[in-house]
Amino acid sequence: MKLYLEDGTSYAGEAFGHNGPATGEAVFATGMTGYVESLTDPSFAGQILVCTYPLIGNYGVPSPDVFESSRIHVAGLVVSEYSANYSHHDALQSLDSWLKAHKIPALTGVDTRAITKRLRERGVMLGQLNRGKPGAFEDPNRENLVARVSPKEIRVYGDGPLKIVLVDCGSKENIVRSLVRPGITLTRVPWNYDFTNDEYHALVLSNGPGDPEMCGPTVTHIRTAMRAGKPILGVCLGNQLLALAAGGSTYKLKYGHRSQNQPCIESATGRCYITSQNHGFAVDASTLSSGWSVWFTNANDGSVEGIRHSTKPWRSVQFHPESSPGPTDTAWIFDEFLNGLPKQIRI
Amino acid sequence: MIFPKKILLLGSGGLKIGQAGEFDYSGTQAIKAYKEEEISVVLMNPNIATVQTDDKLADSVYFLPLTLEFATKIIEKEKPDAIALSFGGQTALNLGLELESAGILKKHHVRVLGTPASVIRDTEDRELFVKRLRQIDVKTARSIATRTVTEAVTAAKKIGYPVMVRSGFALGGEGSGVVRSEKELKKKLHEVFRSVSQVLVEEYLGGWKEVEYEVVRDAADNCITVCNMENIDPMGVHTGESIVVAPSQTLSNTEYHYLREVAIRTIRHLGIVGECNIQYALNPATSDYRVIEVNARLSRSSALASKATGYPLAFVAAKLSLGYKLTELKNSVTKKTIACFEPALDYLVLKVPRWDLTKFDNAVTQIGTEMKSVGEVMAIGRSFEEALQKALRMLNIGAQGFTAQRNGNFAFKGYAQEIREPTTRRIFALAQALSAGISTKKLHELSRIDPWFLDKMRRIIDIESDLKKAKRIDESAMRKAKRAGFSDAQIASIRKTSPDAIRALRKKLKVIPVVKQIDTLAGEFPAQTNYLYLTYHGTENDIAPSDKHVAVLGSGPYSIGSSVEFDWSCVQALKTLRAQKFGTIMINSNPETVSTDYDMSDRLYFDELSLERVLDITEFEKPKGVIVSTGGQIPNNLALPLAGHGVTVLGTAPHDIDRAEDRHVFSKLLDTLNIQQPGWTEVTTPAAAKRRARELGYPVLVRPSYVLSGSAMKVAYDEKSLLAFLKHAADVSSDHPVVISKFIENAREIEMDGVAQNGKLVIYAISEHVENAGTHSGDATVVLPPQRTYLETIRRAKGITKDIVESLKITGPFNMQFLAKDNHLMVIECNVRASRSFPFVSKVTGHNFIDIATKAILGVTVSGHYRTVELDTVAVKSPQFSYSRIRGADPTTSVEMGSTGEVACFGDTYSEALIKSMMAAGFRLPKKNILISLGGEENKIKLLPTIQKLSEMGFSLYATEHTADFIRSHGMKCEKVYKVQHKGSPNVTELLESGVLDLIINIPVRVKDAIDGFIVRRKAIDLNIPLITNRQLAEGFVTALSETDVHSIPVKSWAEYRE
Repeated sequence: MKLYLEDGTSYAGEAFGHNGPATGEAVFATGMTGYVESLTDPSFAGQILVCTYPLIGNYGVPSPDVFESSRIHVAGLVVSEYSANYSHHDALQSLDSWLKAHKIPALTGVDTRAITKRLRERGVMLGQLNRGKPGAFEDPNRENLVARVSPKEIRVYGDGPLKIVLVDCGSKENIVRSLVRPGITLTRVPWNYDFTNDEYHALVLSNGPGDPEMCGPTVTHIRTAMRAGKPILGVCLGNQLLALAAGGSTYKLKYGHRSQNQPCIESATGRCYITSQNHGFAVDASTLSSGWSVWFTNANDGSVEGIRHSTKPWRSVQFHPESSPGPTDTAWIFDEFLNGLPKQIRI
Repeated sequence: MIFPKKILLLGSGGLKIGQAGEFDYSGTQAIKAYKEEEISVVLMNPNIATVQTDDKLADSVYFLPLTLEFATKIIEKEKPDAIALSFGGQTALNLGLELESAGILKKHHVRVLGTPASVIRDTEDRELFVKRLRQIDVKTARSIATRTVTEAVTAAKKIGYPVMVRSGFALGGEGSGVVRSEKELKKKLHEVFRSVSQVLVEEYLGGWKEVEYEVVRDAADNCITVCNMENIDPMGVHTGESIVVAPSQTLSNTEYHYLREVAIRTIRHLGIVGECNIQYALNPATSDYRVIEVNARLSRSSALASKATGYPLAFVAAKLSLGYKLTELKNSVTKKTIACFEPALDYLVLKVPRWDLTKFDNAVTQIGTEMKSVGEVMAIGRSFEEALQKALRMLNIGAQGFTAQRNGNFAFKGYAQEIREPTTRRIFALAQALSAGISTKKLHELSRIDPWFLDKMRRIIDIESDLKKAKRIDESAMRKAKRAGFSDAQIASIRKTSPDAIRALRKKLKVIPVVKQIDTLAGEFPAQTNYLYLTYHGTENDIAPSDKHVAVLGSGPYSIGSSVEFDWSCVQALKTLRAQKFGTIMINSNPETVSTDYDMSDRLYFDELSLERVLDITEFEKPKGVIVSTGGQIPNNLALPLAGHGVTVLGTAPHDIDRAEDRHVFSKLLDTLNIQQPGWTEVTTPAAAKRRARELGYPVLVRPSYVLSGSAMKVAYDEKSLLAFLKHAADVSSDHPVVISKFIENAREIEMDGVAQNGKLVIYAISEHVENAGTHSGDATVVLPPQRTYLETIRRAKGITKDIVESLKITGPFNMQFLAKDNHLMVIECNVRASRSFPFVSKVTGHNFIDIATKAILGVTVSGHYRTVELDTVAVKSPQFSYSRIRGADPTTSVEMGSTGEVACFGDTYSEALIKSMMAAGFRLPKKNILISLGGEENKIKLLPTIQKLSEMGFSLYATEHTADFIRSHGMKCEKVYKVQHKGSPNVTELLESGVLDLIINIPVRVKDAIDGFIVRRKAIDLNIPLITNRQLAEGFVTALSETDVHSIPVKSWAEYRE
C-alpha cells in the first residue's frame, strides 16, 4: 500500500488494519503515547494521521470506556513501525484488529520523518491510502465535519443544581469527564442545537474538527449567550468559535499543532504550561475587539492559545486542558472556570 | 538577577562504579553555562583525565582530594560567594552537605546554587523523604528507617520478608539488596552499619516495572519532564545495571501522564531548582505506583536523557541555578523554540550497561540492586530490534548483536538459571532461550521482563531463522534484516559468507542506511542540528554530506582500561581541528562523554564504532580523513580494515600501526634495532606451553588470545598453575594461540608518552611507576617527573624511543612501556596511539600532547623545545578502585587491570603529591591502629624500615602470627593476632570487625596467596578500611606520611604549580 500526497509524492509500505482505500487531509502528530486517544478524537475526522513516533501499537487497545469517543475518527493511519505484538493489562485487542473492526486502513514501514518534513515545508496536504492507482483527492474541509461528528441527540449527565450546557462539536469524552462533578447537571447538546431558551448557568464549547467558519449556527447561539451574560469556556474549536462570536477571525495554520509538548505562556503570570494540542486553525489576535485580550500565547510560534474578556466571564483555550492524550498541567482551567462561576449559581 | 561573582564547582573525583564519565559531561556544561555569564569559576576535582579540568574552561582548577578539609581551605583562599553541588554526582553532593553542616558555607557567606541544601537533605534522608511525599499524597514504598541491627530486624518483621534493604547517602545503591530471612538480614547489616548510620527496610517491589523521569524546574515554578525512561529489567535490578529504553514502550498514555503529573507535583513540593531524576516502581497488573527515589542532582540517568533527547540538561540546570526562568532560555538545538518544552522523540534509544567482571577472578556475576557496571552504550534506532542489536555490538565484548554470534562465549549452559537470577549476560541467555523455542510466557515468568520486549527479541530470532532458510537474500529479506538491526557480519555468519560479500550484495540491492537528525521536536520545527544517527527505517537523508570534514573516532563504552582519558583525547583533537579550520565529525556510542556533546563537533554521529558503520558514514560524508589514534583501542583496531576499504586514515600509516600491534613483527623489529625485550613464545598446545615455559624459566606471563572465563592474563609461577590456567581459562588451539613470555620480577616500569611527526620524535614525557612490574600500568601509581630513574636510563629510553618511532614512521601520539632491571632496559609494549596517561602528562608538563599530535597529523610543523623532564613540581597519579562494588574479587593489583579510574595531584615534593593523590582516590590517612600482614621473608625484610617508621610515629601496630614475631624480634611493640582459620584469640576477624583499624598493610607473597590473606583483604574492602597491598606503595606511603604534615599542606591551584 502507498500513501499518496497531493504534491505527487508517494510512500510505499505495508498495509495493516482495514483492507481498503482512504482519502483525507494528511497531518502529523508528535505525541509519543496516546494513539488510542488520538484515533478516537473527533477533531481528527477526515484526516490521515501520520505518527512521528515510530513504534505504534505497543500497548494494544483497551476497553471503549476510556476512548475519547465511541469510534475511530481518523480516515487513515500512517506509522513507521507497527508493533504487532502488544502488552498491557488493560489491552483487549491489537491495534490492527481494532482498525479492521472500524474499517480504517493503515500503513506501516514508511519514512514518517520524511513525510513529516514534507508536510512541515509544504503545509498540510490532501492524501490518500491506496493499494492500487490513486483516485481523486477529496478535501474533507469542504464538508461540514462538525455536523458529521456531532451527536444527534441531547444527553444529560448528573442532576445538580448548577446547569451547564456543553455544545458538542465533536467533544472528547474527557471534557465531559472533567465537567461531570457533584452538584452539576451537564447537558451535552448537538453543535447546532439552540440552547438559548433553555435554563442554564454556564456554557462550555467543545473541541471539534475542521474549519470553525462552518459552524455558523453555533456562533449565533454563542452570541445570544453572550448577550445574556452567561459564563463561557471554550476549548480548541471552542476557542475559535468564541473568537468568531466576539467578532474576531480565524485562519488556517500551515501545518497545525498536533502534539503533546506545546509550551504556552499565560500573559498575566508569565507562567509556562506544557499543553496537548490538536488543531489546524487559529485565532487572529489582531482581530480581537476591545475588552478581549490574549490569555495564552504559544511560546514556539507566537500564535494565540487562549483569549479572555477583561470584564465578562468569557474565556477559551486553544489547547486541551482535558489532556488525554498528553500532559495534565492545565486541568486547573476547568476548576478555575467552575469555581469562578457567580456564587448564587454555584449554590 | 544578581549573579554570584565567583562559583566553587565540586567535581566527582576518580571514575568509579556508580559514578563515571557522566559527571565530566555535566561539570563541563555547567562551567560553560557560568562562563557565558562572565562568572568566575573555581573547580575542585582531582580527576586529571577530565575535560572539565582543562585549561581555559574554569578560571582556576584544584587537583585536590574532595574532602571537607581541602574544600574548606579552598573556600578560605578563593572566597567564592556561591557553590554548585549538583554537577559532581553523589560525591559532590555529600561534600556539599558536609560543608553546610559544618557551618563553613554560612561562615564564609557562600550560597548554594540551585536546589537548597535543606531540600537536598529531604531527598537524601529516607525518613524525611517519605514524610515530605506523604504531605502531597504521593506513594512511596512502605519503609522503616533503622539505626541498629535490632531495629532493622523488628522493621522487617513488620513489613514481612522478603524485604528490601537500602542504606541512606549511598551512590549507585551500594549496600542495598533483597533480604529473604532474618539470618541474612543480620549478616548483611553488620557490614552496612559500618559505613552508614541509617538503613531503610522496605516493602519489596520485585517484578514491578521501573520507570524514571528527568524533571527540570526553575525558581518561578515552571516545571517540565524532559524525558521518561523504562527499564527493561524490572525492579530488583539497579537502573545502572538495567537495559533502559527511552521513551517508555509499554506505558499507556494514562500511565505515562499520571506518573509525569506525580513527578511534577513531587518536585514542586520538594522545591528543587534545576534538574533532578525521579524513579518509580509501576505495578504491571494494576498500574499502581511507588516513588522509589529522587536524585536532586545531575545523574547518570540525566546524562543519558540529555543524549537521548538532545536537550542539554546540565547546561540548562546551571542557568536555572543562577535564577533564569525556563522561558528565558532557548532550545539550543532548534535555536528558535524555547527550553521550556518537552522533547518529542521520533526514534528510540536503548542504553545497555557494560560490565567488566571477567577481569576479576571469583567476582560474582549476578546483578541486582547494587551497581557493578563500569560503563554503558546508547544505541539510537527506529525500531526496538535495530536499537537492541546496535547496542549489543557497541558494547565491544565480541557480540555481533543479539544473536548469530561468532564468539562461543555467548552460548552457555544453564541459561534458564541466568534468566531467573540475572547475571551480566542475561540478554544473551534470553537469546538462547528464544532460539530454543521457550515461550514468552515462560520467559516472562522467569525474568519478569515485560512480554512486549520478549516478543521483540523473539522477532530477531525469527528473522535469523528466515535468513538461514532463505534460498537467496532478496531486497525485501535484506531490508527486513537490516531494519531488525542485523549487521553485515551477522548476516554473513548466518549465510556462511564474508561481511564484505554481504555488504556488496546489500549495496547492489540498494539497501543503504539513511542519516537522520535528532532535533528534539520530531521534525515539527526546522532545526540546524548536527546530532545524527543512521537507520534503515527511512528512505531519505535529513542532511547533505559535509564538505571535506575530518572524522574523529571515539572510544566507545567506558570499561576497565578504556575510560574518560580517551574521551579527553578525542575532545582535544576536535578542538585542534576546529582551531585549524577543519570541519569536524565525531563518531561515538558512549552517552557519558563530552565528545558527544552538542557543541563539540560540527557533526556528531551517535552510532556504532564498527567497520560497517564507520564505512557507512565515510561513504556518505567522504571526509578528508579519519583520526583513529585518540579514542583508544577500538578505533586503533579499525585502522587497518578502514584503510583496506579505501578510507584515508590520518597519522601513522595503518600498516605501521599494525607492525606495532602484531607481536611477531614488532618483536622482530626490536631485534633488528638491537632493543631488548623479555623472551616470549607463542604456543598452540598445552604440551608446547609446558615445554616452552620451562625454557623461558618461571615465572611466566600467559596471555591467551581467546578467553573462556576470568581474566585474560596471568602470571604462572610453576607448571601446575600454568596448566591449570590453560585448562580452565583459555582455549588453546591453532586458531587461538597463547602467548607466553618471561615475567621479570623486581623490575621497575617506566612509561614514555610522546608525539612524533614523520618518524621524528617531537615531544615526550617519561614517567615512572611506584609499583614494580607485575602491577598493570593502569593500576600503577605513576610519578612525573621521575624521582628514582637515573638520567642515564632516561637518556637510553629516549634513544630507544627515537629508533622505534623512526622505524614505525610514527606521525601522531604513541606510548611505550619499558622494564628496567639492573642495567637492562627492555621494551614491553608500544601503542601507536594516545594512551591512558596523555591527559596526565599534558596537564603536568603544561604541553597539550594531543594538540601537538593533531597538528602533527595535519602536517602543521610542531618541532620545538618542550620542557618535560625538568619540572618545578611533582605530580602523582593514583588508580581509583571500585572493589567495594565487585563482590568476591581479591583487591590486590595484578597484571590484569582492575581500577576503574584515576586521580592525580601536584605537590612541591614527591611525598606531598603522593599523599594527596592517594587521599584523592579515597584513601583515608591512619590515625592510630594499623594491621600489618606480610607474606614471605623478602617482604618482611624489605619493609622493616617502613615498619620502624610507623612504630616511631607512634602508631599502634597489630600483626598476624609470623609478621608479629618478626616485628617483635626487631624490638618493636606489636599486638599479635591469629589468622582467620586459627581458633586462637585475639583473632584477625574479631579485630577487623571491632572497627578500630585505620589501615591494613597486607602484602601477599608474589601475586596470590592463601585464602587467609584474601579474607583479610576482602574484609578490609567490605568494612571500608584503607588497604595497601603493594610493597613499594607501602614504602612510599609511609615515607611520605613521615615527611608530611598533612594539615599544613598548602592549597595551591594548578596555575600556581605551573608558575
